[in-house]
Amino acid sequence: MSRITELEVNGISRRVNANPERSLLSVLRDDLDLTGAKYGCGEGQCGACTLLLDGEAVRSCITPVSQAAGKRITTIEGLERDGRLHPLQEAFLESGAMQCGYCTPGMIMSGVSLLGRKANPSDAEIVHGMQGNICRCGTYPRIVAAVRMAAQHAKSTRRPS
Amino acid sequence: MTGKFTRRDFLAALGGAGGILVLCETEPADAQESGRRAHSGDAKPAAISAWLHIGEDGTVSVFTGKTEVGQNIRTSLAQAVAEELHAPMASIRLVMADTDLTPYDMGTFGSRTTPTMAPELRKAARAAREALAGIAAEKWSVARPAVQVAEGKVFCDGHSAGFGELTRGQQLVESIGPGVPLTPATEWQVAGHSIPKVDAREVVTGKHRYTTDMKRAGMLHGKVLRPAAFGAKLASFDDSMARQISGVAVVREGDFAAVAANDAESAGRALAALKAEWQSEPQPLDRELFAYLKANAEPGEDRQRRGSIERGMAEADRKLSQTYTVAYIAHVPLEPRAAVAEWNGDKITVWTGTQRPFGVREELATALGIPEERVRVIVPDTGSGYGGKHSGEAAIEAARLAKAAGKPVQVVWTREEEFTWAYARPGGVIEISSGARSDGAITAWELHNYNSGSSAIAGTYEIPNQRIMFHPSKSPLRQGSYRGLAATANHFARESHMDELAHSLGIDPLEFRLRNLKNDRQRAVLLAAAEKFGWAKQKAGEGHGSGLALGFEKGSYLAACAEVSIEGGRIKIVRVTEAFECGAVVNPDHLRNQVEGSIIMAIGGALFERLRFDNGRLLNPKLSQYRVPRFGDVPVIETVLVDRKDLPSAGAGETPIVGLAPAVANAVFRATGKRLRSMPMSF
Repeated sequence: MSRITELEVNGISRRVNANPERSLLSVLRDDLDLTGAKYGCGEGQCGACTLLLDGEAVRSCITPVSQAAGKRITTIEGLERDGRLHPLQEAFLESGAMQCGYCTPGMIMSGVSLLGRKANPSDAEIVHGMQGNICRCGTYPRIVAAVRMAAQHAKSTRRPS
Repeated sequence: MTGKFTRRDFLAALGGAGGILVLCETEPADAQESGRRAHSGDAKPAAISAWLHIGEDGTVSVFTGKTEVGQNIRTSLAQAVAEELHAPMASIRLVMADTDLTPYDMGTFGSRTTPTMAPELRKAARAAREALAGIAAEKWSVARPAVQVAEGKVFCDGHSAGFGELTRGQQLVESIGPGVPLTPATEWQVAGHSIPKVDAREVVTGKHRYTTDMKRAGMLHGKVLRPAAFGAKLASFDDSMARQISGVAVVREGDFAAVAANDAESAGRALAALKAEWQSEPQPLDRELFAYLKANAEPGEDRQRRGSIERGMAEADRKLSQTYTVAYIAHVPLEPRAAVAEWNGDKITVWTGTQRPFGVREELATALGIPEERVRVIVPDTGSGYGGKHSGEAAIEAARLAKAAGKPVQVVWTREEEFTWAYARPGGVIEISSGARSDGAITAWELHNYNSGSSAIAGTYEIPNQRIMFHPSKSPLRQGSYRGLAATANHFARESHMDELAHSLGIDPLEFRLRNLKNDRQRAVLLAAAEKFGWAKQKAGEGHGSGLALGFEKGSYLAACAEVSIEGGRIKIVRVTEAFECGAVVNPDHLRNQVEGSIIMAIGGALFERLRFDNGRLLNPKLSQYRVPRFGDVPVIETVLVDRKDLPSAGAGETPIVGLAPAVANAVFRATGKRLRSMPMSF
């Protein structure tokens, strides 16, 4: 397979020159210096590397960069719009949903993906949807609260169509 | 910095800036049980624990050797300063864990930051406030007591000035010792309140740079050749193939071999191209662990000895002997060990996630054969530690590679390396023999702990005849500190045994504990937890039950109640109530966060975490093979904070972890009649 030379990251086309088998995580972190997505396990078990491909959460540590070519890649760095945080980022701040913070970007990306699939998830659906992300500090109840809060915020600000 | 400080040293460290500088002079803290040397060689630790500087622009900078690993001391220490300085939180900058800029600190462990560092910083802040008021009084020719400081401003009779206006042109250095009056907790305005984590926005935007996220110009990626088994010796080594890969540097020093390359992919290829043979000695199997620990135990020493066990047993109506065990477990910090090393001439700077920056500086100096003065260690706020990051392995690896390559090198351990080559929480065996009268009074208590450690080995019960011994043993795995150290194991054994005694006497476990407790703080948390949980109303049913446990360690008291149900032979923790008391609460929301997080982390050790090993190899060094708590494991958690504003604040990042396992064990017994005496617990 030929080398990957272009990626669309956070709405911007970026030049790269990567072996197609390399992980998307390593290309973003090492080549593009987008270090918000973290390495945690290298086997898709902890979710610290989570980002969105065409709006769907993927584990970038086990996703070959070739699979991201031609798709919209959204990382934690791309959530902020015009200096305003994404409602889920705000909800994490509001809920104090972190300790060391290393899992936080992956948690937020998984949460954004979940809310994209289901606008108003129940607590059980949040738990199920986030089960693949590990917070070793154990802030899970606060993360559930943050996702719930962001969903409610979206509901209250949604305009009638 | 080591040795004696001069005013010039401080001002140089601050970039030659003027302003006000306050030095906290204290005696060094006692060494903790980790068994490591407190400090190297001839220079005693400087008796200065922290300093605080107010620059000519009014910026307040606080310098402490403590590290931020998720326990949120960057916030709580800033609160302490804001409280006494009468300055806004946003004006305070903490410079932490930089061996060139911050005073010597033994390390961030043992829940020492809140009881020891915070009071030092409060004193420094108070002294700085007094100094500012003094300067203002002189400048305005007013009486000193008439000058007020509030919200980062100094004012009196229509005069008003920001801190910068007063510190400009000053070169004031003050030393403070004990005896500085501090604001009582009942009057706290900033401390005692739920101030949000100070750098949380950096975290949720992904902007915070952990060590793993760092980049330096020309930086290479390093990979280390790992032995085939623990303690293996490198018998043969051939790096000719690896050296053919362009831009690869190879290091071999004794049994240490490593490569560095321009990118991680090339480094990985170079590592795979190394040919090595290892020789190792036969080592124990995990199945034989507990027999091995007992067989290799030292005679040990008394940790508590009171009365006569023989007499206590003779007075007993009931006697009980049981054995409890705990497995080796891993810390699994989500950020693995990592370091970036950069030489500049004969000096080296290493950024690394460690809880002991000054200890790692010493390790580096020893490994590199250079004086500590030529080593600088900087700890970026780190992706957790839980007691697992006291050591500087990655720092040394990166430093050696950087020296060989002549360029900065980053080493980031893989998860598998972190599981295999970091140290583990010790496994152990705890034997308890006890006797009690039929009225519930415990008459004898003999406890032997093999290998797991002596933290919280003696409880708070009033028992006239006690013998408590810790027996170090030969560990088949590399072992070290962990959140709460051995307190979890000792609480698991003690509180399980208390439950067994209560059951054999036919006394309610809560009542049985109260009959043997005088300590008011311990009783208070026990009653608070029991009330919130509804202990008096709980009923055991088929496959459903509740248990409780209490504890004390590192100045904090707790009690935990747990409700479990047994579903398909698996233990499901339904609800946990924990009451926690650590003196005056510094930040209620962050304290709740620590208590909740500790309970959740404790679920792993209680129910499923266990390092499996065989003949010097770890059998489950991956997250797909080593289960840690996830969202679906989390019970309903109720925390009760007992805020004792009349008592000094104790640390709280560790002790809340110790109550969960025994409370669950006792609940499982109520639910099933089966007593589980081994952590992790399963049927």
